[in-house]
Amino acid sequence: MEKLFKIIAQCSASFVFIILVATVVVLYLTAKPAIEEFGAHFIIEPRWNVDVIQPPASEQLANPISENANTGSLKIETDNTEEADVSDEDLEADISSDEDGYDDDLGDDFADDEYIPTDDDIETGQSGVEDPAAGKVSTIYGGAVPIVGTIFSTIIAMLFSIPIAMGIAVFLSEIANSLTAKPIGIAIELLAAIPSIIYGMWALFYFGPFISSIFGGHSVSLLIAGLVLGVMIIPFMAALSRDAINTTPDVLKESAYAMGATKFEVIKDIIFPYARAGIIGSIIVSLGRAMGETMAVAFVIGGIFKFAHKVTDSTISIPVVLANNFAESSGISMNALFYLSLLLFIVSFFIIFTAKYFFLRRK
Amino acid sequence: MTKRLLINKLAIMFSSLMAILGLAFLAWIIITLLLKGSSALTPYIFTHDLVENGIRNLLWGQFVLAGLASLIGIPIGLLAGIYLQEYGNHTKYATFIRDLSDVMMSAPSIVIGTFIYAIIVIPAGHTNGWAGIAALFVMMLPIVVRTTDDMLSMVPVELREAGIAIGAPKYHVVLHIILKAAKVGIMTGSILAFARIVGETAPLLYTSGSTIYMETDLTQTYPSMTVSIYNLATMPDEKLVSLAWAAALVLTLVVLMLNLLGRFLIRDKRL
Repeated sequence: MEKLFKIIAQCSASFVFIILVATVVVLYLTAKPAIEEFGAHFIIEPRWNVDVIQPPASEQLANPISENANTGSLKIETDNTEEADVSDEDLEADISSDEDGYDDDLGDDFADDEYIPTDDDIETGQSGVEDPAAGKVSTIYGGAVPIVGTIFSTIIAMLFSIPIAMGIAVFLSEIANSLTAKPIGIAIELLAAIPSIIYGMWALFYFGPFISSIFGGHSVSLLIAGLVLGVMIIPFMAALSRDAINTTPDVLKESAYAMGATKFEVIKDIIFPYARAGIIGSIIVSLGRAMGETMAVAFVIGGIFKFAHKVTDSTISIPVVLANNFAESSGISMNALFYLSLLLFIVSFFIIFTAKYFFLRRK
Repeated sequence: MTKRLLINKLAIMFSSLMAILGLAFLAWIIITLLLKGSSALTPYIFTHDLVENGIRNLLWGQFVLAGLASLIGIPIGLLAGIYLQEYGNHTKYATFIRDLSDVMMSAPSIVIGTFIYAIIVIPAGHTNGWAGIAALFVMMLPIVVRTTDDMLSMVPVELREAGIAIGAPKYHVVLHIILKAAKVGIMTGSILAFARIVGETAPLLYTSGSTIYMETDLTQTYPSMTVSIYNLATMPDEKLVSLAWAAALVLTLVVLMLNLLGRFLIRDKRL
């Protein structure tokens, strides 16, 4: 009985490990055709779902505007998967006023001028694709646009949220008295518990239009997506940082006060250096969370495979690609999505692992 | 001298301002939600399915999915936590699992969705309830492991020693002494874990999917409130959007209530 219990417990613990390994293995296996086809070049390839080696006319055909798009997930798959993509864009376009130009942009940008092989993709499996003699049609999938979108939306989120979250953390632990600190602390933690889809809806109907009225641009853009992510991770980051700040021994603070230091000097010279590891850790964990967030940004980033040249342009991030296109995909486009998913998982795994291992070590 | 004081004042003002800003966002979101949600919040929507502009099937689906995921996830997570704290504790293996579980806790939820899609939805051929449960289970497991681990570590070691000293086998000590001592903490952890997964959307998007009809067969596409909110919010029909707001309000209230309940339980214990 004793042995049995121990074994069951141990198996349960191993289950965590099994799930993790299974995730990586399954994602790798399902992504494998795409990995073999596109290789590492996938990361810097900006075109998504573009047919190459075709007469220009067919490029135009690849971008029909489907009229019957109600929701992305109800869409029935057609042979030309571009259509599915465009229907999602249509969906988003309904929300903002005018995005008619985007479909043309998409075709132009991706079709004609952007394929310049860079040095480091010679050895990857691109050879068959570019050879005109072969004359076969192949579809290119590249992750550069969502990868860049993810990176930039995360950067915007961090720039926006770090000062606010630090302000809140310092306020809660050092400035507020116990009467105000507690309810505000609880409120902040409750804000962290609100499901991310709520943030998404709020951003779609209120925050997005508000921001676009200040900075211009559409009510779906990279900037808004970043800011919503920022708002979403503020409470999380603030709560973690506050806990880190609270670990500073009172003796240290009191000695500094006794020397005549002002509160700001104590915070700057005593608390921040002491709690540095915890604060950096909380920032990195929040970064990992912002990077993998789907629902808060799905409504407001625009969902368009196009680099954002201005922050007020629409673009797309990896989680949103997965959310929008998964249901309509099959074959190589599905593999490409799994490839993106694998990349996201590995990157966020390492980011969070770094944070937890180096900065937030328990005990 | 005055410059230092001025800087100090400015810094304090900045910090307070940031706290107010944070609270303003909370207020903005909650007020929006209340205003938009309450207008469509009628008894009618609780007694009708989405096909008739209600949310009954969505509520049912969301709670069945999250509930069954908890039903599987909590015992396994509990056992894993017990192993980490009582058997493995500081061995390399336990530390390794602990770290992994911590990292898994923050894994992107959409990736978990893709993983479940690959192993369950593709073989099954269509979205189904079990896939949704599996996805939520994967989301939940690390959270339960972490809380159990933390809560058990707070149980004084004397209790364990006392149990072993009177000759009880270890599993007996664990099940009858330690779990009882950590009961409230574990319950709170479970409530919070449930609250966390009940509001999840991304892992359900293409695992359970969502349907406008009532469904009790878990092998079929299952109604999910969060996924339906996602779909409804972008509909051109004003009525459906306000229904989405009502559903969002209900969901948020449930999540916040569960969080407050968890907090209340923990506080009770400390008194």
